[in-house]
Amino acid sequence: MNTHRVARIAPALGVLAVLVGAWELVTRLAAVPEWLLPSPTVIVVEFVESLPQLAPHTGRTLLEAAIGYAAALLLAFAVAALIDQSGLARRALSPLLVTSQTIPIFALAPLLAIWFGFGITPKILIVALACFFPIAVSLAGGLRNADPDMQALVRSMGGSRRQVFSKVKLPSAIPSLLSGMKIAATYSVIAAVIGEWVGASQGLGLYMLRASSSFQTARVFAVIAVIAVLSVALFLAVDVVGRWIAPWIYVRTEEAQT
Amino acid sequence: MSVGPPVLRLSGVSKAYPANGGQSVQALRNVSLEVGRREFVSLVGPSGCGKSTLLGLIAGLEEPTDGAIEIATEADGTPGQVAYMPQRDLLLPWRSLLDNATLGAEVGGGDRAAARTRARSLLPSFGLEGFADALPHTLSGGMRQRAALLRTVLLERDILLLDEPFGALDALTRAALQEWLLEIWERLEAAVLFVTHDVEEALWLSDRVYVMTRRPGSIQLDLPVGLPRPRTRAVRGTPAFAALKQRLLDALLADTA
Ligand SMILES: Nc1ncnc2c1ncn2[C@@H]1O[C@H](COP(=O)(O)OP(=O)(O)OP(=O)(O)O)[C@@H](O)[C@H]1O
Ligand SMILES: [Mg+2]
Repeated sequence: MNTHRVARIAPALGVLAVLVGAWELVTRLAAVPEWLLPSPTVIVVEFVESLPQLAPHTGRTLLEAAIGYAAALLLAFAVAALIDQSGLARRALSPLLVTSQTIPIFALAPLLAIWFGFGITPKILIVALACFFPIAVSLAGGLRNADPDMQALVRSMGGSRRQVFSKVKLPSAIPSLLSGMKIAATYSVIAAVIGEWVGASQGLGLYMLRASSSFQTARVFAVIAVIAVLSVALFLAVDVVGRWIAPWIYVRTEEAQT
Repeated sequence: MSVGPPVLRLSGVSKAYPANGGQSVQALRNVSLEVGRREFVSLVGPSGCGKSTLLGLIAGLEEPTDGAIEIATEADGTPGQVAYMPQRDLLLPWRSLLDNATLGAEVGGGDRAAARTRARSLLPSFGLEGFADALPHTLSGGMRQRAALLRTVLLERDILLLDEPFGALDALTRAALQEWLLEIWERLEAAVLFVTHDVEEALWLSDRVYVMTRRPGSIQLDLPVGLPRPRTRAVRGTPAFAALKQRLLDALLADTA
């Protein structure tokens, strides 16, 4: 199965290699100035050299992302469960939840800075806001779509509403929850960075802003690369945790692929 | 086989579903039937005549629009008094076979450890030995049905409601499971209400067979089987069996005409 997976991503890796190669070639042949567009090799060198400063900034950004993500997860659970259990809550909150996804959360960053200052709080809040909606929407959807016959089975055994929820609905919602959690994971890092752009004492956003205002373009690219890698890594981490806690989910899709 | 008062009695049970657009769907009309203690009763009828609806009412999942359902064990209509096996096996995909089988004890707040021990001891007679920890998707269709039946048996009720437990299986597996079900039932001392499309299956297993009409379903024939027990496969070749089968088919076909 592992070789199978490598074979599946090989074409994408090939395209990536060609693009990076072309970039390197163009910047060298056309002698593009480094402040305008540094070549990949220059970026790699910059990355290695700035690693001692990059590390603490990365740590700070990850901390904000992690706390915000955890807060979003807890809140999303509470709201989704409420929507599932109470008809009134569903009618009151469901439409808001769906429409709120069209609000550009990141535009709220300056407001949060006005209200909460330049400490860690507004960053955590923006991460939590950005992550809350995809998780809440996917979890609420998963709970709603649980097999009614399975719920009836538990009721036929004399099961209470709470037992139907814990024994059938919640486990049924895990696949949907996981896909929301993956989307949220990719939002979390960039949300923290945008929070830092508005004003911060540490973090990748601040480091990037400083680099760009002094035209250290290679450093900006290095930070972008770190952000991209972190986002992908968090996405994969959720995927791995999902496979571990819910191995039954992947059976059907993998069968379908072969 | 039926001795003493029935453990289950339906009198004049009707069920209508409200349909969008005013006109409601009448699924059942004036159904009356009885199941005696330790009696094996089958319910046959055309598809859509309301057999599953009827079991759902007895299981307490829905309220009849009209009529009364009396269950002798503890006489009210709340769920949890009968052991209900739905038409689909409904094994929870995230639970191992053993955890699925003991779901009833878990929900009912019973002794979980004891239920697991009992489930393990029953695995061999259900042909599931060595699969206690298997997830449902790794089981064959026949094994899934047996697991669902094990879950039903472990509810330890006096009445089992089985909704086409062998409906989706091939003829060979089906024949084997029928024999096996009779064996289990004889040891279990429970009454069974068994839904099927298959008249031979109904006759071979049952003490009595109810034939339903097309929707709205009602009982059109109550046929005592009277074949001696224990039954062997050979019974199916006897003239008595053929005559009973003919009566069932006549009733079913007369209704479609
Ligand atoms: N929840 C429901 N809402 C509306 N109509 C329903 C509902 N459940 C069942 N019905 C209708 O009631 C009728 C009887 O359905 P039921 O599932 O009981 O049939 P059945 O005899 O079990 O059929 P089969 O042998 O195919 O399983 C059908 O016409 C069906 O459309
Ligand atoms: Mg049915």
